[in-house]
Amino acid sequence: MKEFEATGRTVEEAVEMALKQLGVAREEVEVQVLEEGNRGFLGLLGRREARVRVSLSPRPEELIRNFLEKVLEALKVKAAIEIRKREEGYFVDFHGRDLGILIGHHGDHLDALQYLCNLAVNRRLKNKIKIFLDVQGYRRRREQALVNLARRLSHRVKTTGRRIALEPMNPQERRIIHMALKDDRDVFTFSEGEEPNRKVIIALRK
Amino acid sequence: MGLKELLLTLAQALVDNPDQVTVNQVEGEKSVILELKVAQEDMGKVIGKQGRIARAIRTLVKAAAAHEGKRVVVEIIQ
Repeated sequence: MKEFEATGRTVEEAVEMALKQLGVAREEVEVQVLEEGNRGFLGLLGRREARVRVSLSPRPEELIRNFLEKVLEALKVKAAIEIRKREEGYFVDFHGRDLGILIGHHGDHLDALQYLCNLAVNRRLKNKIKIFLDVQGYRRRREQALVNLARRLSHRVKTTGRRIALEPMNPQERRIIHMALKDDRDVFTFSEGEEPNRKVIIALRK
Repeated sequence: MGLKELLLTLAQALVDNPDQVTVNQVEGEKSVILELKVAQEDMGKVIGKQGRIARAIRTLVKAAAAHEGKRVVVEIIQ
């Protein structure tokens, strides 16, 4: 990690000086105050300069890439890692062949990796970030498939009048089903059973 | 071998004392047992609330093992 020490009449000035030297913005560094500084009496007696140590914060992209590359290597998986920053956080997509192992059953491997990636990266950052992992657009496609399934099954509930229990899903997937049908006037949804066998039920409104 | 490396990589990325992470591999008939040891103060970092972190670690190590046609048990040792 790059570090730089600077002095100034005040802490603020010292930081300004260090930022200029490093050529970076305030949010890219961490500041440690070594000496508060003292203006002294009438600007003469006991005057001490402020001293700060400024270090470049690790960049989130680098931390993410670093962690994932190590994991991919240990998993013996060859994949390109694409990282895009958006307002909600950092979106990572893996590209390559035979990446099923990264997805797992209904994305359980991907969820585990995403959870650990968030922990591993954020423990080294002051400003916490959110990281979302995907494999060649799997999550987007899966979401679309779930929305389509919800609509199809709600139609069946309406025509038969019988409730339908979906297969067990994780909380994120159940949420997608609930959201897809929340504005439906004829059916409603709820979940039943214990994790990991909790299922969404679609039933007719009375 | 890959499984041991994977467990080491994951654990080291989560703890404050990566140099104190060790993985001991015990080969069984059909399965492999990986014994993970971390510094006492790092235990929470590899277990998590309600074992959530440990579960995620196990999910990934098991995934890698299944990929190689093996069974694996991850044990976290005090």
